[in-house]
Amino acid sequence: MIGAGEPAGRVGDSAPVTSTRPTALADGRPRPGDPLDPDAAVSVRGMVKRYGDRVAVDGLDLDIRRGEIFALLGPNGAGKTTTVEVLEGHRTRDAGEVRVLGVDPARGGRRWKAQLGIVLQSGGGDSQLSVRELLQARAACYAGPLDPDEVLELVGLTERAGARGRTLSGGQRRRLDVALGIVGRPRLLFLDEPTTGFDPEARRQFWALLRSLRDLGTTMLLTTHYLDEAEALADRVGVLARGRLAEVAVPTALGGRGTAPAVVSWTEDGVRRTAETATPTAFVQQLAARFPGEVPGLTVARPTLEDVYLKMIGEHA
Amino acid sequence: MTTAPERTALPPLGRVYLSRAGVELKEFFRQRESVVFTLVFPVILLLGLGAVLDYDLGAGVDFPQYFMAGVITAGIVGASLQNMAIHIAAERSDGTLKSLRGTPMPASAYFAGKVVQVLAVAVATIALLLLVGVLVYGIDLPSGTDWLTFAWVSVLGAAACTLLGIVVSTLARNGRSASATVTPIALVLEFVSGVFMPFDQVPGWLQDVAAVFPVKWLAQGLRSVFLPDALAAREPAGSWELGTVAVVLGLWCVAGLVLCVLTFRWQDRGTR
Repeated sequence: MIGAGEPAGRVGDSAPVTSTRPTALADGRPRPGDPLDPDAAVSVRGMVKRYGDRVAVDGLDLDIRRGEIFALLGPNGAGKTTTVEVLEGHRTRDAGEVRVLGVDPARGGRRWKAQLGIVLQSGGGDSQLSVRELLQARAACYAGPLDPDEVLELVGLTERAGARGRTLSGGQRRRLDVALGIVGRPRLLFLDEPTTGFDPEARRQFWALLRSLRDLGTTMLLTTHYLDEAEALADRVGVLARGRLAEVAVPTALGGRGTAPAVVSWTEDGVRRTAETATPTAFVQQLAARFPGEVPGLTVARPTLEDVYLKMIGEHA
Repeated sequence: MTTAPERTALPPLGRVYLSRAGVELKEFFRQRESVVFTLVFPVILLLGLGAVLDYDLGAGVDFPQYFMAGVITAGIVGASLQNMAIHIAAERSDGTLKSLRGTPMPASAYFAGKVVQVLAVAVATIALLLLVGVLVYGIDLPSGTDWLTFAWVSVLGAAACTLLGIVVSTLARNGRSASATVTPIALVLEFVSGVFMPFDQVPGWLQDVAAVFPVKWLAQGLRSVFLPDALAAREPAGSWELGTVAVVLGLWCVAGLVLCVLTFRWQDRGTR
């Protein structure tokens, strides 16, 4: 619910934001059977992955543009990690066409891997190396890596540079994982549930870090089950439910949020009244005319991302 | 926009190998448990059994002199077979291998790092054992060409056991089960190969079983280094059989390499 005290801009935000790309659907999603997009950072058509009888990914069609932050959102078991690991080359797929930076991940060689940064859901194990040594060793795998000390600065681990990995807190460990993922100057960065286990403060710092990486031109594919994270970071969000993409949209338009009827509530004659309207601005103007001053208890609400998300995964469950 | 994937530069291989070698040396020598169990355990074995067992094997050879070859065998097996099986399985289970797989590091660099680690640990173990052997038991060091035999038998044995260790790491279900899998394998192989007692006291059929595996040949080759030739008569063939030692260890290297290539996994089973 968006209360009366919320910024007005959100309430009046009725124009849906749609992709301007002419070839795709309004949400920028390719249709099944479309050719692969050669310019996309990631292009997927009809991807299927089964584990025994269970279908983890069931015909995925997706394009991720270069320079974009794309969030794959979905409940546990929806196929997020499987999808990302197929794109990373860590898993084989059972069907479909996949190109990541123009290369089929099943045949990606070292030069292809040199362009990727991968932050797995669970990072590396207990190493005897210090944070700086781990970064230096990772940097040695690349021809033109970032300076490990600069990366430590960027992720805020400079003060822990000499510490062994196992002495880091959960949030510091995750920032080390990201540092390892970016030290090779990736053009495409995969982040699988990067902030699971973070406190709110650490999460916000982490978001700032990812935004600064985007400003460097890094394309990012991020999986998360935090709606606020997808909303805060992503240019577009794909909702994955039961191995299928339920929807792809910019966060503000997800689930038709931008155009969904607004719910206007107010108190009149001591009774709580509500009305659904597609034109909340006009409605509130009329409403205001009926009261001498402030409309008592006025709220105007669009469905929250959580509302539409729960509806979406409910429909597909 | 061009659609051809751009050619990304890769670093010189030598730099990646050097980096991996440094990582592996730090990982081993900074971990107290691995240093104690791999480096110090054979020394404890030498001191412990040396203090308890005392018999004359003839030709002026006492137990410590005889046991030198056995305990060095145990040291090499610990540095290679057990070390590889346990630590590679752990690195597979905790995701270290998976994350390395996602980098442009060539697989060969990972194995080169492991080889450097095994060599360093084996050399350190052998040096420590020789030092303790000379200082505590006054054992006779090898002389002349025995050093050469010592070197090639050790290197070939370590290579075969390293490759087998990598295979065993893959057979283990996960990192935790690897230690439980490989420790009995190593102990049984050492036991039937005459590491802890004169080989001619091992029952004949067990000698035949032992002869299939590399540990027996490694121990036999090392006995030729540390024992007078008069004792060769107590070997099954009545001689040191150095030619057979080389052939069997060499065959195990080839078989181990093939098995490694066929079975090696970067993730635990059931995760693909």
